[in-house]
Amino acid sequence: MGNYFFDSATVFEELDRVDGKAKVTGQAKYSAEYEMPGLAYGVIVGANISKGTIAAIDINAAEKAPGVLGVVTHLNITKPAGYIAADATKPAAVRGLKVFDDNVIHFNGQPIALVMADSFERATHAASLIKAQYNKETFSTGLEQAMKDEKPLEGNQYKESIRGEKDAWKNAAVKVEGTYTMPNQVHNPMEMHATTVKWEGDDKVTVWEKTQGVKSTQRDIMQAFALTEKNVQVNTLYVGGGFGAALRTWPHAMAALIGAKKIGKPLKVVLTRMQMFTLVGYRPEAIQKIAIGADNDGKLIGMMHEANAVTSNYENFTENIVKMTRALYSCANVTTKYNVYPVELSTPTWMRGPGEATGSFPLECALDELSYQLKMDPIELRLKNYAETDPENGKPYSSKFLKEAYQLGADKFGWKDRHPIPNTMMENGWKVGVGMSTGIFGAFRNEAKLGLKLMADGTLIMQTAVSDSGPGTATAMTKIAADAMGLPYNKIKFELGDSSLPPGPTQGGSSSTSTVGAAVSTGCVTLQKKLAEAAKSSPVFGHIVAVENFLFQNGEMVLKTDPTKKLSYSEVLKNAGMTSIEFIENSGRNPAMEKYSAYSYAVHFVKVLVHPLTGVVKIAKAVVAGDAGKIVSPKTAKSQMIGGVVGGIGGALMEESVIDERYGRWINNNFADYHVPVHADVPAIEAVFVDKPDPILNPVGSKGMGEIALIGFAAAVANAVYHATGKRIRELPITPDKLI
Amino acid sequence: MLLVKWLKKEAPVINFDYVKPTTEQNALTACKDPLAQFIAGGTNLVDLMKRGVTNPEKLVDITGLPMSNIEQKGDNIFIGSLALNSVVAEHELIKKHLPLLSQALQAGASPQIRNMATVGGNMMQRTRCGYFYDLSMPCNKRTPNSGCGAKEGYNRMHAIFGASDKCIAVHPSDMCVALAALDATVLIANGKLLRRVPFKDFHKLPGSNPEKDNNLLKGELITGVEVPINAAFAQHSLYTKIRDRASYAFALVSVAAALEMNGKTIKDIRLAMGGVAHKPWRLTTAEQFLKSKEATPANFKQAAMLALKDATSYGHNQFKLTLAPNTIVHTLHTLAGI
Repeated sequence: MGNYFFDSATVFEELDRVDGKAKVTGQAKYSAEYEMPGLAYGVIVGANISKGTIAAIDINAAEKAPGVLGVVTHLNITKPAGYIAADATKPAAVRGLKVFDDNVIHFNGQPIALVMADSFERATHAASLIKAQYNKETFSTGLEQAMKDEKPLEGNQYKESIRGEKDAWKNAAVKVEGTYTMPNQVHNPMEMHATTVKWEGDDKVTVWEKTQGVKSTQRDIMQAFALTEKNVQVNTLYVGGGFGAALRTWPHAMAALIGAKKIGKPLKVVLTRMQMFTLVGYRPEAIQKIAIGADNDGKLIGMMHEANAVTSNYENFTENIVKMTRALYSCANVTTKYNVYPVELSTPTWMRGPGEATGSFPLECALDELSYQLKMDPIELRLKNYAETDPENGKPYSSKFLKEAYQLGADKFGWKDRHPIPNTMMENGWKVGVGMSTGIFGAFRNEAKLGLKLMADGTLIMQTAVSDSGPGTATAMTKIAADAMGLPYNKIKFELGDSSLPPGPTQGGSSSTSTVGAAVSTGCVTLQKKLAEAAKSSPVFGHIVAVENFLFQNGEMVLKTDPTKKLSYSEVLKNAGMTSIEFIENSGRNPAMEKYSAYSYAVHFVKVLVHPLTGVVKIAKAVVAGDAGKIVSPKTAKSQMIGGVVGGIGGALMEESVIDERYGRWINNNFADYHVPVHADVPAIEAVFVDKPDPILNPVGSKGMGEIALIGFAAAVANAVYHATGKRIRELPITPDKLI
Repeated sequence: MLLVKWLKKEAPVINFDYVKPTTEQNALTACKDPLAQFIAGGTNLVDLMKRGVTNPEKLVDITGLPMSNIEQKGDNIFIGSLALNSVVAEHELIKKHLPLLSQALQAGASPQIRNMATVGGNMMQRTRCGYFYDLSMPCNKRTPNSGCGAKEGYNRMHAIFGASDKCIAVHPSDMCVALAALDATVLIANGKLLRRVPFKDFHKLPGSNPEKDNNLLKGELITGVEVPINAAFAQHSLYTKIRDRASYAFALVSVAAALEMNGKTIKDIRLAMGGVAHKPWRLTTAEQFLKSKEATPANFKQAAMLALKDATSYGHNQFKLTLAPNTIVHTLHTLAGI
């Protein structure tokens, strides 16, 4: 593959993940791996009812158990300042579930106690000795039941939103309608959430935390305990997968902070795999109705998309489930409605492709269904309704290469060989089907501050307080700086995961490369200016100081008009009597973006095999073509797309939370029973990119990628299954029982 | 005998003894205590202990016993109860004479688990019913007379044959399905005489005492299994496992089949299913029906229907009433090359 994706004239070797070796050799230290003298271990005890109040809780036996250092419950908690609102009109600083705040139980598994001991085993045993009695109340954990019994939340964000004429789809010549369901899905990164806390006195704390937002975690802790910024140190050097589950400061982290303060010792709290299902969010279950009407040529006349989803009974979680239906296709008449029902589960949270991954399932299945009714190729139907400007606000796109992505992906996949009639192709006794879908996600850029240090030996150090939950942020940033400064990769160090570094953004919403990459890009421009300024003292360049006169390559400044005149960065510093050049680059949004809409796109192509007797579905081939702007780091970009597709296979074929609604308890909260793809489920996946820069969003030209890798994938599989079998499966996951 | 006090007096967690005898007699003696249990690979028992489902006071580690041999003894293949699942699956004798067993083992668990799990342990593994594992939900198998959570709960993975009001759990093993089909015999030591139990009678139906999975008595130790060699079956046998993902998932249903053909006629046949009952489920009616009949789609379909005659579903597992016969038919089609 080599440098296939580059349009840069400079030929670099494809950059490996800069932290890859540390990760695969066990050198990388995760939040649960920090040992220190006197470290105590905390274990969280969860409620085993779904709604009600704690009538009594007996912690005597636990407290007396060997090695136990302390137990925190709602009865003995010293509440942090952030639990209490300054006045009744304002909410408390700590949002969401305030762990151990009172005796109210909102969901099964809610922490009711933290047991701390001198070993993990002793804490685990003592935790089993905690006995609680409850006043139970009736509850509901399932969306279907809640839709029957309850009213959805009210508020502006839940109001019906009508563009054009409400019922236009009903009068169209060709119509499709359907109800689509998707269960709760759980992020389940390989690394369990872990928090290690070390207080130094009452007002200073260091936390090693699994988080996608180093600064947001620091802020949450500052607000919870009324601490100053310099007295809250958050470290997140490595994250073993996040997928959105590490976007918040969750109750177990607060419990660890409260507990460590109580016992006056450093404390580590690691969630169990089972607790990963109840304490760190999930993608909420959804039941969606969609209806689309088109004329006989396939031009969309109207669309209706109603989403119903769950939230917790103590916090309103909303995401962009129906937004994609308003944004993806050119259609004058679109009505969307989003109903959210509180149930007795913990609060959901953003999970890879938040909102759009859910909403794309009905939308892209309905488009597929429409294409068969029209006897039109599914891509042709999409091109027929291609939005040249944002249908919601008429704004032009900062860049849109979706057409190119359709072409690129179709060519790579061999889409032209598709038989237009479903249920006609067989291979070795298996039914064969192909399907495609489109994914869309907003392209964002946020603010970042980046510290740059050019050292005397010509090494460039960059620093910002982001964390890298997996995409390879440090690798992409190294690549940008290497290209800009003409430095070899081993002369660049990107430091992250430390809240004392210049503030960087939270890693979420596919924005890290755009946000931090922009800071790296403009930071390197600033550095070049500073180098040119410093070069004044170097006689070799005479009186020339304007940066435009120089090339920056191979670690050297080279005079454009006379390339024999050059100086290494080290020499420039040395001649100027400087030991380093250090500054902080501020990067923010491009104000010009006001006039534009910005999106990334993915087109998924899938070939499935469906066994006619047993209903087993195999993904035989997957191609994803992305319009994610300029591809900065081809290797990690490809990996990120492949990872998203693997997640997509899980969502399409196997991921399903099972909760017994009589008890409100999970049935399959472990990796044996909650299925994510294993290698044998994953075919060779090809990720290809249009690789054209977005000229406006940021100076790098990149757009986001993490979310689109998964958005729409489930629909592509369902569409391929339809093509193979003639059966339209509207209920995820597509397990064998649904196809026999 | 090596005796290790696993944890000292001021033990922080639930205390249990751990002994590792090196002779069968010492192992049997060590396991006489009421709450003593044998442990070999530990791939299931350790999970059960962590979850608090099982609380043994003494673990008798039998991995020091010489019980892992695999050899031909006359017309039988003998497999020691400590032979590892991965070793059995790859063993030349097994691949040659008992390919069905090899296939079934390969279909089970993950390579890592197969590298730890033993043949005896595989037979002794407990159900994967979610209610059995969760101390906060009822389960007659775990806590007698607490009720069955699955019957009116989530029972997608549960039994369609031989269940009782008390329990509708299934035995999770793949290996056992093949051994039941192949008419294996379980060899059991109890300190006196060697007891021989037909494999199909080793596991039991839940009945009124689902807390008991099998007919092994307290103080008995599985020493191995004996499987008759049948050259015809070795030529025509197939294990089909239908599951929600391609590896590391328990069977929705599975079928073990072995055929002896005489031209187009089925001379002899063995059929067993997994994922459908509290024990590996031999399809004797279907076997009887197919004997001396031609290998035709119609006969296979008829046999599958006969096999399902006494099947019942509980809601979420209704699909098994279709998937089971379909999988029987698919397996027989594949075996007969039609």
